Amino acid sequence: MSVGIEHFLTVGALLFCLGLAIALSKRNAIGVLMGVELMLNAVNLTLITFSRFAVSERPITGQAFAVFIITVAAAEAAVALALAVSVYRNRETVDVDQLNLLRS
Amino acid sequence: MDGFGVTVAFWILAAVTLVAGGGVMVSRNLLHAVLFLILSFIGVAGFFVLLSAEFIAMAQVIIYVGAITVLILFAVLLTPRASRDNSETVWALPGMLLAVCLAAIFLFVVHDTQWKTVTDAPLLTTQDLGHALLGTWVLPFEIASVLLTAALVGAIMLTRSAEEEAEDALA
Amino acid sequence: MTTFLATDNWYDLRDLANLSREILEAADKILPFGVVYVLAAVIGFVASFLIFVLPSQLFVGVYGERKLIGRIQSRYGPNRVGPFGLLQPIADAIKLMQKEALTPTRSDRLVMYVAPIFFVAPAVLLFAVIPFGPNMVFADIPVSLMYFLAISSLPVLANFMAGWSANNKYSLFGAIRIVAMTISYETPLVMSLLGAVVISSTLSLQGMVLWADEYKIWLGLVQPLALVIYFICVSAELNRTPTDIAEAESEIVAGYLTEYSGMKWGLFYGMDIGYALAASAFAATVFLGGWTLFGLEKWVPPWIIFIGKTHLFYALFIWTRGTLPRLRSDQLMAFAWKFLLPLALFNLFIVVTERMIWSEEGYDKAYIYLFAIFNILVSGLLVFAWARFNGYRPDDVPTRPRLVKEARGYVPLGENE
Repeated sequence: MSVGIEHFLTVGALLFCLGLAIALSKRNAIGVLMGVELMLNAVNLTLITFSRFAVSERPITGQAFAVFIITVAAAEAAVALALAVSVYRNRETVDVDQLNLLRS
Repeated sequence: MDGFGVTVAFWILAAVTLVAGGGVMVSRNLLHAVLFLILSFIGVAGFFVLLSAEFIAMAQVIIYVGAITVLILFAVLLTPRASRDNSETVWALPGMLLAVCLAAIFLFVVHDTQWKTVTDAPLLTTQDLGHALLGTWVLPFEIASVLLTAALVGAIMLTRSAEEEAEDALA
Repeated sequence: MTTFLATDNWYDLRDLANLSREILEAADKILPFGVVYVLAAVIGFVASFLIFVLPSQLFVGVYGERKLIGRIQSRYGPNRVGPFGLLQPIADAIKLMQKEALTPTRSDRLVMYVAPIFFVAPAVLLFAVIPFGPNMVFADIPVSLMYFLAISSLPVLANFMAGWSANNKYSLFGAIRIVAMTISYETPLVMSLLGAVVISSTLSLQGMVLWADEYKIWLGLVQPLALVIYFICVSAELNRTPTDIAEAESEIVAGYLTEYSGMKWGLFYGMDIGYALAASAFAATVFLGGWTLFGLEKWVPPWIIFIGKTHLFYALFIWTRGTLPRLRSDQLMAFAWKFLLPLALFNLFIVVTERMIWSEEGYDKAYIYLFAIFNILVSGLLVFAWARFNGYRPDDVPTRPRLVKEARGYVPLGENE
């Protein structure tokens, strides 16, 4: 009974695909954002796994990269949610199917 | 990583994370989906602890659970009626098919590769992370801080309503 | 780790870790492998519960608070059940357990059921990293300060779940208020703690206590502004009375607790005190030197010193609760963003500069006392100057009790000038 790099990478891959499915299939803009957040989390998990297991000169790089991803995720969430609220003010909906102003 | 405790912890965390992620997918109520998302984030934080990255685990809990989900809750509450429902678009089936195909490729790659791994965990402390962030990666670090400021200003500008701007023009 | 304790014998009450180690070593010989870790967790939990949480919660949190507030408001407080009313908390608990826990028909039953549980769990987890003594810390992890911040950001989600699931507009108002307030006050709180981290250059709570022991000064004296900002922010996050707009009973019935009754409400009430105690313990560890008291810890058990400091800090919460009136929601938000956050940033700037100077002088011990005096003066000046800059004018001290109208507080329509 031991846990290796494959196990962690499998969880990361499954979480990423789950997030992708959510981001592609949800009608609601906020639901799409939740899928994106799950994908970013899965990427973080993979990076930390490599930083723990991989043979490397400077294994800390994986963790440093994870810090940047968390920062970017925070910025992205703030702007995306502000966009959702702003779109709701103008169109009374956050349904990504009905936001088709450019289609004429 | 050997040891009974680590194995049990891994399987419990994997179950919690993936089941909660599935809960985000299937739950009809958007608020329930957010609660499942929180559970999934906490599971990922547990993985970080298991991989001996304590600082990232704590940052994960503070930022994702404490801030981002709270923002999502706010967005849900500020868009009434429009966002209670968590249903799928017509693109749900192709999207899921794509995700399943991608998962198959990922799993094939993960299990087919001969990973060269270290046996002992590298000794990484929070001080090392600080030295890496402010030494090697100081330029990306500063750019990230500029990005955060830009996001802050942008979010405020996007959500200002016409009445508030009129009030500020008077003042 | 300092080894100042005279003995490692189990009967040395100055460090209860000796006793628990003896028990665990004895148990390890008879029990199968692995059970001893569970036993360690159980012993730690039961011991901290018996020594600290239960007596503090019942006799300081409930009884002491009601008694003290009663005296502040010229009342007697509880004095009927038992000697001096000491058994009042137990009577209250029995009353709460007998009550029926109602659930509204249109509520979200599952979320409403889970919310109190989700509220209690972090309160227990918080005490895992608090050092009660030199060896009496349950999980001595290197990032325990961040652990504490991370765990203490969880209960607000439980509050939100409670307020949203009840399907009641006052509950939802309370939930939105507490979420907005917590996310606003989290920022200056973390900024102020960052000052303490910069000067002591550690993220471990035990490390901060050892720092205070080494330099013979409390971090609260080196960082007075951080201490004040921490106190204000944490009392807002804990929803204590001057800032408890989330359950303001005169505005929105009882906020997010409106639809709760019986022991479910009791869990929220009891754990509010638990969180306040945890925040006091955290403040005592970071700012007041933890279990050290300038050499006295060699004679008195360190955990008694620590509990005394915690209760002292908790008394501040009671004092502000009895003295100050409740603020309005927008006043609180403006206070966090316009007043506390800039002050915390100033404080951070000052402390980083000091740290630079200190490192160039080779971490001389004398400099820390210089910094303490300088910081105390500068923080007073900063608070005053920033208040003036924002246009707050302190009212002249009233020599006698004045009517509301005299104090220019409440002027009804038509009575102007």
